[in-house]
Amino acid sequence: MPDAELSARPLGVAPIAATPAAIEADAWRAPRGRWLRKHPMLVLGAILLLAMAVVAGLAPWLATHDPQDLDPLARLQPPSLEHRFGTDALGRDVYSRALWGARVSLSVGLAVAVLSGAIGVVLGLVAGFVRPIEGLVMRVMDGLMAIPGILLAIAAMAVTRASLATVIVAITIPEVPRVVRLVRSLALTLREQLYVEAARAVGTRLPAILWRHVLPNMMAPLVVQATFVAASAVLIEAALSFLGVGVPGQTPSWGNMMAEGRNFVAVAFHTILYPGVLLALTVLAINLVGDGLRDALDPRLARQL
Amino acid sequence: MVLRRIAATLPVMAVVAVLVFLLIHLSPGDPAALIAGDLATTDDIARLRATLGLDEPLWRQFALWVLRLAHGDLGTSIFTQVPVSALLAQRLEPTLSIAGLTMALAIVLAIPLGTLAAQTAGSWIDRAVMVFSVLAFSVPVFLIGYLLIWTFAIRLPWLPVQGYARLADGLGPWISHLVLPCVNLALVYIALLTRMTRATVLEVLQEDYIRTARAKGLGVLAVLGHALRNAAVPIATTVGVGIALLIGGVVVTETVFAIPGIGRLVVDSVQRHDYPVIQSVLLLSAGVYVLVNLLIDLSYGLFDPRIRDA
Repeated sequence: MPDAELSARPLGVAPIAATPAAIEADAWRAPRGRWLRKHPMLVLGAILLLAMAVVAGLAPWLATHDPQDLDPLARLQPPSLEHRFGTDALGRDVYSRALWGARVSLSVGLAVAVLSGAIGVVLGLVAGFVRPIEGLVMRVMDGLMAIPGILLAIAAMAVTRASLATVIVAITIPEVPRVVRLVRSLALTLREQLYVEAARAVGTRLPAILWRHVLPNMMAPLVVQATFVAASAVLIEAALSFLGVGVPGQTPSWGNMMAEGRNFVAVAFHTILYPGVLLALTVLAINLVGDGLRDALDPRLARQL
Repeated sequence: MVLRRIAATLPVMAVVAVLVFLLIHLSPGDPAALIAGDLATTDDIARLRATLGLDEPLWRQFALWVLRLAHGDLGTSIFTQVPVSALLAQRLEPTLSIAGLTMALAIVLAIPLGTLAAQTAGSWIDRAVMVFSVLAFSVPVFLIGYLLIWTFAIRLPWLPVQGYARLADGLGPWISHLVLPCVNLALVYIALLTRMTRATVLEVLQEDYIRTARAKGLGVLAVLGHALRNAAVPIATTVGVGIALLIGGVVVTETVFAIPGIGRLVVDSVQRHDYPVIQSVLLLSAGVYVLVNLLIDLSYGLFDPRIRDA
């Protein structure tokens, strides 16, 4: 999905003085080629991520076995034609479970990015535009950021019953301050802009100013930040499940699969390797998209890091 | 200025204390029932509520809790009935060993690596360093951990597979048990520091005084020395911010390498609903984070006389 969105927005590279037919043709060819040449890593990441999304979406059809089916006679088998990624300690098919695991990782990444993005925007705008509340919001964020993210998520899981929803909330808590800090610092710059001042002078109300003039102007860095939040969320989810405090044990998630393989490193390394590699590829894809978007949307920022 | 910086840590720690205290009260449902577990009777829950003081008003519970903290009393573990401070003390050595060695390893490797990348910007060395840092950020700590174990402890039986040996039992076993966990954990930290060092050194290398230094015929190393000194503050800041990453990584690494440290303790405590332990670990790690960053901020004067005199 990100791939389609990217190529549909050539960011002002479409030729202006061209016939309608040529524009139509160019919209399909030239910008796409240019994207590939200018941002090869971004395109690579997007394709990888798209592939992972297809795998997650089609898991029930791509899987060769039921992910929960036990086969006590075929435990810890190496990869074969029957079991492409081998079997785990209970004789379940690692390949099928790994496909289903993509669903957990991608939905957690997406949900945490959207959720912490939304909460972060609201709190960040409030902190940036409503002076009396600013101190309070930012101090709470400082406090949250002083606790390492994984620990905070682990602690949040301690007070709830494990489920996909509680894992998402638990990971969102440490991610929110990162968004709030970004939004507030952008808001502090944007509110001094002439067009915001002008809007205020003609009597536009604050919510309208924020919605119409401020928010659109912070979308680019916000989207970049959201991709990095998604990457971090996928990693933290896997870590929580790996530690045994994430999604419920029977759910096929990559972290759970690696936790189950923990005691069989020497005899059945494949039970850890395959989910681990898929996890790494997914996070790599999201990071490549994030790095690429940052370079593409904001050349100034790109030079800084 | 120093006093103001020290004072600035107080609100942060106050917020952390409130958050950590509220943790158990923010959960949906009765905290006493949560602590007691699924098998508890109503009587058990009522007794627990009274012993833990959960029947008192919230503000009073908080005041009493802070007062005890101020006396160094972290409470008693519900599961083991041992004072939390004693539990933490038992587990401190492995965790500190991993964190300390990892940090040393990362700083020693990352700063030269980042400087090299900046000096050779655009070359294959620079690209290799950047590819490494993107990979290190993406590949989960525990996957690298198991790859290391599989390669250097199982396939090539050079190092112990898992576990920890106390420093008191000899330097050799201690180091050999720490090599893999520290290399494992250092990778992310090296990636972070290398990227930051490369970026700041690259920026400093554009400055006029660097051109002057080159023009008067200084060698490459002397010029880089000038550059590093001026890049020191952002690099030191990144070391401090990375502490959060490091502590989070220790928690995962301890499980991979079966090391009985504080990270393993906190994960076990979650499964046992042992809140005093979880709360103490949160407070402790936030305290370490705030303290290290305070020390780093205060040390800027060492690198930069402009800050010292201001």
